[in-house]
Amino acid sequence: MGLIIVVAVLVILVVWIIGMYNGLVRLRNQVKNAWSQIDVQLKRRHDLIPNLVETAKGYMKHERETFEEITKARSQAIQANSVSDKSKAESELSGALSRFQLVVENYPDLKANQNFLSLQEELTTTENKVGFSRQFYNDQVLKFNTRIESFPTNIMAGMFGFTQSDFFEIETPAEREVPKVKF
Amino acid sequence: MWEAIQSNKRKSVLLIVMLALVLAALGGAIGFYIQPHYPEDGIFFGVIAAMIVWIVMLLISVAGGERILLASAGAHEIKYDDAPQLFNIVEEMKIASGLPAMPRVFIIDDHVPNAFAVGLKPERAAVAVTTGLMSKLTRDELQGVIAHEIGHISNRDTLFMTMAGVTVGAVIIIADLFLRGLFYSSLAGGRRRSSSKDGGQGQIIILVVSLVLAILAPLLAQILYFATSRKREYLADASAAQFTRYPEGLASALEKISAGQSKEYKKSRTLAPMYIVNPMAASGKAVGLFSTHPPTEDRIRVLRGMSSGSSLAEYEKAFRTLHRDAGVIGANNLKASEEKGIRQPQAEKVEHKKSLRDIKDVLHKAAGYGLLTCVCGLKMKIPPNFEHKKVKCPRCKRVYDVPVEFLAATAAADQSQQK
Repeated sequence: MGLIIVVAVLVILVVWIIGMYNGLVRLRNQVKNAWSQIDVQLKRRHDLIPNLVETAKGYMKHERETFEEITKARSQAIQANSVSDKSKAESELSGALSRFQLVVENYPDLKANQNFLSLQEELTTTENKVGFSRQFYNDQVLKFNTRIESFPTNIMAGMFGFTQSDFFEIETPAEREVPKVKF
Repeated sequence: MWEAIQSNKRKSVLLIVMLALVLAALGGAIGFYIQPHYPEDGIFFGVIAAMIVWIVMLLISVAGGERILLASAGAHEIKYDDAPQLFNIVEEMKIASGLPAMPRVFIIDDHVPNAFAVGLKPERAAVAVTTGLMSKLTRDELQGVIAHEIGHISNRDTLFMTMAGVTVGAVIIIADLFLRGLFYSSLAGGRRRSSSKDGGQGQIIILVVSLVLAILAPLLAQILYFATSRKREYLADASAAQFTRYPEGLASALEKISAGQSKEYKKSRTLAPMYIVNPMAASGKAVGLFSTHPPTEDRIRVLRGMSSGSSLAEYEKAFRTLHRDAGVIGANNLKASEEKGIRQPQAEKVEHKKSLRDIKDVLHKAAGYGLLTCVCGLKMKIPPNFEHKKVKCPRCKRVYDVPVEFLAATAAADQSQQK
């Protein structure tokens, strides 16, 4: 009788540990999967920019600095590797692009260009997709990190080398700035 | 999110079980009426027959329900190139909601703005919008509507409401058949009553009980179904606010959609609960036991009441301030909710010229029509099986060659058909 109880407790313990480990693996894969979604959108954005610059250049002769800023931010973003480096570089690129979108307002001819219109829709949707996939990624990271920190999963995580993931933050000027009231 | 789906699932299963019980009771009562001398057998066979009808209808809806619904609404599937913006918005919402696959996108040729979603599984869901919706809404508003539909898919409403709808349908059909049968057999001279010799009183009680059940069962089933449907609309609104982080988008879209409903709009009753705004409701102000949707004005007020955030919790707060009673979101959903703040509206930087006519062109292109613009400005639509090499403009009588690539496409289509 006593032996049966001991065996039963052991079996339950083993099943419980396996479940915990598999839960951690599942969460880590979800984080990886969410990251690859962001990566797809970032690549799309990088591919879109040369096209956009090429189309707009002919119309916007006096905005050399804006274009240089975008091109520079883009090449930095492409070179960035770690999540935190990418966060920084992509923030800059987002800032440069939103400044560009503001400047476009002054060029009605450009806004009438059919090609530019579809590029701008592409840019808007890519920005949105970066934003939404970032939200989704950060949700997954939060879940994963909370699980790793909390007891008793933290013991398992330490034993099998699960480490916390970085959040991906992009600060866009629109979200950072408090709306200014001008009198 | 997963916990929320689990809790929704339990509630929906409960609803379907309740509906199935109503159906079984109805079947049993009818069986009892038909076989009053052997009540056990009668009830047993009545229940079994009702369950068989139910299962057959469920199987049909699982096998091809989406296709039947989309076809009955007159929806055409479109590709990315046909309407890039619509596709982009659907993809954005797919990402925001974490759906496993991109839903298919359909357009319905109708000037009345509306939209619905179908799909028993999130992996093979579909979203349909009318041409009127595309022409009237801004990008932010369209995003709100799509988010609401994707909300239905990710909350599994499209699955459970279809199954519940099928069960309600089975109850209505069986009750209807029974009452009709009763009516005609009484016309034929009440053969059954004359054949029973023992206890005319017991017979009458059985008749009354089964009659009452046959009348009440469909009403009860519909009340249960519509109450759940209304709650699901609020939940999908809350999900839309959470996905877009911009409640105002959906609020102003709902305003435009409900203003755009016309009275002569005829759509099947079965589809009514699936649209974003019920196309059958006349004014949309009163809410009764038989409303599929909450009043649109109320939904707009709740959305506009979300002043400090876009989470499910914020929606619940706004709902409670307006209604002073229990909320709609449910504790498990609230636990999964997280505040992300409200984003800035996307200023429509470039005023897209979206006339209804342009969007109809999309539809024609999707159906395989070729478009040829005449010098006089008239757009000619060339049907997919056009055989002549030249075409004459009906307004200015100029004659044009049908574009070569279009003829080639037609020939290719012909060949593939012949194969």
